[in-house]
Amino acid sequence: MTTATLLLAALTFAQLALALAACLAAVRILIGPRAQDRVLALDALYVSVMLLFVTTGLRLGSIFLFEAALVIAVTSFVSNVALAKFLMRGEVIE
Amino acid sequence: MSRILPHPLLTLALILMWLVLTRASLGHLVLGTAVGVGAGLVYARLETGPTRLRSVTALVRLAGVVALDIVRSNAAVAVLIVSSRRHRKSGFVEIPLRLQDPTGLALLAMIITGTPGTAWLEHDRASGVLLLHVFDLKDPEDWRHLIRTRYEALLLEAFA
Amino acid sequence: MTGLDPLPLWLAVPVALFLVLGSTLTLLGTVGLVRLRSFYDRIHAPTLGTSWGAAAILIASLLSWSWLQDRAMVHEVVIGVFLLITTPVTMMLLGRTALVRDRAKGSPDVPPPAGSRSD
Repeated sequence: MTTATLLLAALTFAQLALALAACLAAVRILIGPRAQDRVLALDALYVSVMLLFVTTGLRLGSIFLFEAALVIAVTSFVSNVALAKFLMRGEVIE
Repeated sequence: MSRILPHPLLTLALILMWLVLTRASLGHLVLGTAVGVGAGLVYARLETGPTRLRSVTALVRLAGVVALDIVRSNAAVAVLIVSSRRHRKSGFVEIPLRLQDPTGLALLAMIITGTPGTAWLEHDRASGVLLLHVFDLKDPEDWRHLIRTRYEALLLEAFA
Repeated sequence: MTGLDPLPLWLAVPVALFLVLGSTLTLLGTVGLVRLRSFYDRIHAPTLGTSWGAAAILIASLLSWSWLQDRAMVHEVVIGVFLLITTPVTMMLLGRTALVRDRAKGSPDVPPPAGSRSD
């Protein structure tokens, strides 16, 4: 087995596994049952997609997907913290 | 340090990160310095108390212990998820902490949440009681002992 | 055809291993997210993806880019440090949110707030 085939196999496996992980997180977002379950799954979805970007960047040999991954990491943090905060406040005031 | 540079280390770290992420040039040095100084000023407004670091060696030892634990608990939780043992019991554990320093508590929170298998839920500042959720709970006393001797003792040593 | 063709074998093997390890752990984390029954169990599952899952893939990327570009690439380190700092914040906040919401609902499975206990 040559180096190229080994890396191609590993990259393909990683991409498929991460895509499947993102799909499973999406399943949890859909079935809930409560709002905090959906936010937790959204966080996992963001992480899977970010790692998928990193592996895709490796496969394409493009360095620009890093910036995209970094942006995903930042937006995921801000949005999830805001969502969690909203869930906590919303029901307490109610 | 002064009014313009309240947190020189933070500013320096941000400038270095800026230069590393971009191709280092004079323009980026100016821009990065502006961001670093601005962030230092903003951070000073947050009014976190001064951190008194007593022992760096304790922190280094803690980092080693935590790195090992994260590897080990990753394997443990992965096996538990795959095998789906019927008699696995998860549950809440209350741990009275002696640690008071905010930086130390922040580090402890990062350690506990970063390690798969334990989740930090709530810390009551008045009584110092920490509420944990443990994925594979056999004996609550084991976990109390583990957190207090393995992590908290080193953190108490590191922060005054 | 990948961008990684010029890697030598001694580097390709660890890169491939780290890629497989990291993606498997992330996948297992989300499998747990779907399979586990209660929210407090599920909160443990994604930490697999954010601890060693992310770390292994970032290490693989770091190794190969440093070889390809002939200079140390630290973008991965920035992403890693960012994940290290932000994940606990999100998880702690979500844990507390779940606790507050369950207490407000009067769920019997969660412990009462620390202030209201007798001891």
